Amino acid sequence: MALRNFKLFRGDKSGGQMENYQIEVDKGMVVLDVIHRIQAEQANDLAVRWNCKAGKCGSCSVEINGKPKLSCMTRMNEYSAEDTIYVRPIRTFPVIKDLVTDVSWNYEQNKRITPFTPDTKQKNKNGDYVMMQEDVDRIQEFRKCIECYLCQDVCHILRDHNKKDKFVGPRFMIRIASLDMHPLDTADRITSVKEDFGSGMCNITRCCTDVCPEDIQITDNAIIPLKERVVDKFYDPFLWLWRKFLKRNK
Amino acid sequence: MAEIEIIEHDVIVVGAGGAGLRAAIQCSSRGLSTGLVCKSLLGKAHTVMAEGGVAAALGNVDERDDWKVHFRDTMRGGKFLNLWRMAELHAKQAPDRVRELEEWGAVFDRTQSGLINQRNFGGHRYPRLAHVGDRTGLEMIRTLQDYGVHQGIEVYMECTALDLLKDGDKISGMVAMWRETGRFVTFKAKAIILATGGAGKAWKITSNSWEYTGDGYAMAYEAGAELMDMEFTQFHPTGMVWPPSVRGTLVTEGVRGDGGILINSQGKRFMFDYIPDLYAPETADTEEEAARWLDGDKSARRPPELLTRDVVARAIRQEVKDRRGSPHGGAFLDIASRRSADDIKRKLPSMYHQFKVLAELDITKEPMEVGPTLHYFMGGIRVDSDSQMSTVPGLFACGECSGGMHGANRLGGNSLSDLLVFGKLAGDGAADYISGTNFSALINQEEVESIVRAGTQILNRESGKNPYLLHEELQEAMQDKVGIVRSNELLTEGIKQLDEFKEAYKQVKADGASQFNPGWHEALSLRNLIITAEAVAKSALMREESRGAHSRIDFPGEQDEWLKYNIVASKNGDGSMSTKKIERERPDSELERIANLTIEELEKEVESERNK
Ligand SMILES: Cc1cc2nc3c(=O)[nH]c(=O)nc-3n(C[C@H](O)[C@H](O)[C@H](O)COP(=O)(O)OP(=O)(O)OC[C@H]3O[C@@H](n4cnc5c(N)ncnc54)[C@H](O)[C@@H]3O)c2cc1C
Ligand code: SF4
Ligand code: SF4
Ligand code: FES
Repeated sequence: MALRNFKLFRGDKSGGQMENYQIEVDKGMVVLDVIHRIQAEQANDLAVRWNCKAGKCGSCSVEINGKPKLSCMTRMNEYSAEDTIYVRPIRTFPVIKDLVTDVSWNYEQNKRITPFTPDTKQKNKNGDYVMMQEDVDRIQEFRKCIECYLCQDVCHILRDHNKKDKFVGPRFMIRIASLDMHPLDTADRITSVKEDFGSGMCNITRCCTDVCPEDIQITDNAIIPLKERVVDKFYDPFLWLWRKFLKRNK
Repeated sequence: MAEIEIIEHDVIVVGAGGAGLRAAIQCSSRGLSTGLVCKSLLGKAHTVMAEGGVAAALGNVDERDDWKVHFRDTMRGGKFLNLWRMAELHAKQAPDRVRELEEWGAVFDRTQSGLINQRNFGGHRYPRLAHVGDRTGLEMIRTLQDYGVHQGIEVYMECTALDLLKDGDKISGMVAMWRETGRFVTFKAKAIILATGGAGKAWKITSNSWEYTGDGYAMAYEAGAELMDMEFTQFHPTGMVWPPSVRGTLVTEGVRGDGGILINSQGKRFMFDYIPDLYAPETADTEEEAARWLDGDKSARRPPELLTRDVVARAIRQEVKDRRGSPHGGAFLDIASRRSADDIKRKLPSMYHQFKVLAELDITKEPMEVGPTLHYFMGGIRVDSDSQMSTVPGLFACGECSGGMHGANRLGGNSLSDLLVFGKLAGDGAADYISGTNFSALINQEEVESIVRAGTQILNRESGKNPYLLHEELQEAMQDKVGIVRSNELLTEGIKQLDEFKEAYKQVKADGASQFNPGWHEALSLRNLIITAEAVAKSALMREESRGAHSRIDFPGEQDEWLKYNIVASKNGDGSMSTKKIERERPDSELERIANLTIEELEKEVESERNK
């Protein structure tokens, strides 16, 4: 056991500063455990979000020493004992208080996406949908998303350029991809990918993929294929129709 | 007192887990103006953490499955204390509820022939759990959430319900608090559906998150509703035990469903020594037979690791007590020697990841260390089996916060299905209730003000007890006195301590201002934890037998006499809590017949009905 140095952001929308805490750290602790200990012993009103403490709910996103991370899955032994650990709220979204940010913009984006529209004719005589595992592997990868918004946090279009009115961000690109690649979905999503959701803004830096705690290949498996579909549809409509036809008749 | 914001809907659903979301969707589809209130952000409720799967007799993997077998398994798992009608509705309706999720966009793992795949779980006769790897809850909540946001439901996130309001004997609304600003708000409604989940946070070792503080139980209790079966608290046999900071975090039963075995420090596969008579005819008694079962031999019986949770949890506790435990006080759970590394990573990816990161252990190479963790409340708000209405008109409950469906012990996978089945029925129940009553809900302003005052006092006190410390003391007391094994002596001591906590609570003080203040939120939820803990301890003291998850060293074994009663806790006129036995209804004779058939008889019956 040893005392460790922490600097946590304390403040709200009107501003704030990094404050020092010295705290005992036990073996096996993650950063969130330490934050909780500080909260219980030294700063009762320190605001932080969490739920599952096991990387499943995506509530505890913060920036630790400048890196967007889940605090519940970041072990203290990733850092050397002398290091001061800096914990800040994710920067792309406005601070509410301390480590808690206002992520409501993301919920509004989700509502703009056309809901799943299944082809009910594809049911078999027992009323079941038949889909092969290999045809759903890819969309299951996207559906692993825990909505931690770390990818949204790191994407420079949202973070540095604040173009939230132009681009929905990587989280919702994979959501759209998971619907567009769904074997039963019939809605046309490609027009809106380009026109409403700003797929053209993404310049494939792959920063989002790098931070995703679920290891979703956001850029390669979702964004690039969506961009290709946009190109097909707008510049090679025949090929686009042909692909749609193939998907229907699988 | 400053003006308090008022929001009005036909119905307010409190809780946005599987049960609350499904209920809200139903209300909205019945044309009700629906508000959905939750403490966390949308999509973060406990349901998101569920791993193993959702139980439904789809019969995709073993075509012999049928609602009757699911029903029989559920009753036996619940030691026959379940409300018969609820177990029937659940078994009959679960398949449609699961198929409906697929219609709304869920993507379950598939069988070879492209249907929804199903896995084995404790107490279920056949592979019955529809699943997505070990993140089924995420799939379920995201599907309901994405579907729900297009159904015209108003969602109020990070808003904590504090207490219910009544107009005469009927529900008329509730008071809540916005976590961000600390401001209060009154919700006016003709009906309220509670779907607030359980109260695991009253114990030290638990798989539950901060949200599980029994708010629904306490609000319902304060409003005059009854809490039933509260003595039945489920200790899941396999929580993590090391390192200390993750003690209690769940290890899914799916590990055992996919072949994982339990061993003690002497390398013995000990579950063979703990097979109860009720299950002996259906459980393998040699490792050889268990191995054949795992290879898919349908004539082989199930391995003893898949006995019900109460049995496995007590077995692990016994091994540890007899000094055959693992280094950190648990048992070893081994999947590495049973399945290939690739298989494990594909079927149990989040378990692999969880151990890798949190315990620096590779489960494809080494066994895990596991021990019991408080997981689930079988008991809860007493409701009518068909409408889900409590004893207070206009107050409904569904999901983990309601009682009756699971009896003395819940089978894994039966919660997610419960959420869907009874979430929908609660929505229907509320819609029927509203269309059948003709009144406009009146809000009593004095009541509102007294609720607000009780909340703000905690901040305004000059000085007082730290809420985090009081919570810790409560957790220690419940862990020691109201744990897996109980006795008159322990429970009586526990109840005495709870009385002290009630007094201490009157002096609790939260520092800081009202904006997003976790210390204050903690203090507010303490009231609910203490009420819930008292209901558990008092009901446990009253039930003088051991049944399912409730075990008394001073009263070992099930007593037929006690099968006649449920215990309910309610609030007396003087503010104290009383518990009483209520006589159970006689079961429908057909249901009773099905539950008591041997498995061979039932399988024959199902088969002959099929062939008709
Ligand atoms: C780790 C883990 C794994 C599990 N795995 C499985 C499994 O494989 N299969 C299975 O069947 N079951 C499983 N369970 C059990 C199951 O997940 C839960 O019982 C179930 O999800 C409860 O759902 P619910 O809708 O009743 O409540 P929850 O999903 O817990 O939601 C409760 C809601 O109520 C809200 N709330 C609470 N209090 C208030 C308040 N005062 N004001 C406003 N809102 C409030 C919360 O914010 C939340 O939205 C698991 C449980 C855990 C913890
Ligand atoms: S790859 Fe595209 S979406 Fe991802 S971070 Fe870079 S610009 Fe943003
Ligand atoms: S895609 Fe990955 S990083 Fe982005 S929100 Fe989902 S889980 Fe988080
Ligand atoms: S607390 Fe759930 S992901 Fe960290």
